[in-house]
Amino acid sequence: MPTVVYGGQSYECGEQSVLDCLTAQGVPIPSSCRSGSCQTCLMRAIKGSVPEKAKAGLKPTLAAQNYFLPCSCYPEENIEIVLPAEGMGKIEATVASVEYLNADILGIKLHPSKPLTYKAGQFINFFRDAATARSYSLASVPALDHELYLNVRKVPSGLVSGWIFSNLKAGDTVTISEAAGDCFYVPGKPGQNILLIGTGSGLAPLYGIIRDALLNGHTGQISLYHGSYNADGFYLVKELQKLEQYHSNFRYTPCVSEGEAQKDYAQGMVLDIALADNPDLSGWRIFLCGNPDMVNAAKRETFFAGASMNDIYADPF
Amino acid sequence: MSLYTEIGGEPAVNAAVDIFYRKVLKDDRIKHFFDGVDMGKQASKQKAFLTMAFGGPHNYTGEDMRKGHAHLVAKGLNDSHFNAVMENLGATLTELNVPGHLIAQAAAIAESTRKDVLGK
Repeated sequence: MPTVVYGGQSYECGEQSVLDCLTAQGVPIPSSCRSGSCQTCLMRAIKGSVPEKAKAGLKPTLAAQNYFLPCSCYPEENIEIVLPAEGMGKIEATVASVEYLNADILGIKLHPSKPLTYKAGQFINFFRDAATARSYSLASVPALDHELYLNVRKVPSGLVSGWIFSNLKAGDTVTISEAAGDCFYVPGKPGQNILLIGTGSGLAPLYGIIRDALLNGHTGQISLYHGSYNADGFYLVKELQKLEQYHSNFRYTPCVSEGEAQKDYAQGMVLDIALADNPDLSGWRIFLCGNPDMVNAAKRETFFAGASMNDIYADPF
Repeated sequence: MSLYTEIGGEPAVNAAVDIFYRKVLKDDRIKHFFDGVDMGKQASKQKAFLTMAFGGPHNYTGEDMRKGHAHLVAKGLNDSHFNAVMENLGATLTELNVPGHLIAQAAAIAESTRKDVLGK
């Protein structure tokens, strides 16, 4: 009979679902509908795999990370499981390089001390000390880049970004967490159109996701809109233009929200421009990163424009 | 055959959830109840609600319904808002070409939660 390991204890579920089995033993697991709908009891398998039925209805990015619903899970092999917030271990990393991408954003490359499993677009937590950390998205792609690549924006009186800007240098050892988050590209549906909207350093995960999609042979349109107050805020411009040259299905549109209209830039709010260019988003996949107000408005507006809720991925930072 | 099977099961719920949630969020009578709510999490709740209304598996009790909506009742949730949701549910099913007698059954299930949802 398969065993289920949770919190260092072994359980045998018999005919019961994993949720019923754990709660019957007094293990507190949040739950509500207990029938595979509400997803309140979401857990993650860190060893072994669960039957596909236990992943029914989950976002593809969650299923790809072995998340599952214990209320619908009748294991066929031994598994070890955790709650979603657990399992983000800490690791050491060496700073390989630090460079200014523009006046407010640093590009930081890190060598983790042991191999880190991640998807382009996920985030890690970067620790200043044991109690102070901030999340930064990964712009690197595991199959393309040897180092982890972060874009760190200087936040006014930011505890972590301020420290990074004034202290961090190549050769330093820092502590980061393992990667998490569900804002990333899942292969399959290569012909699906993809819209990506970002502001400021929200470009980082999008840059990783775009290169990951292209690497996977994505054939649908891939349209990136990057918003900034003025032209000084853009970065990775040459890299993005080069991708445009090599891939006819990729289009990069930098958008300036303030000041006069200029050649090479669309003029206006990034969300308005993206929606005006793409008024019908039925069947599209959407990625949104950056300013929380923009991200929240964009979730609603892209959904109203026809995108399915299950196809909208967002990180509000 | 059960209502849930007849209406099309989980695929039918998946087809309905985006349409229904879009209608609810655009409805001036009720959209303010969703301000500041995480849209992804809310979509899961809409899915659980539709599963129940379609006669599918669920474990909601009247007590769950009361607790889950108490904060909205405190903000003024009343019969007119419940009616608006019922209207959006009917319009969603009509849009999906669900036969009238099945829509009536789904509406009856949703209607049976009215007292608990409104804390009466």
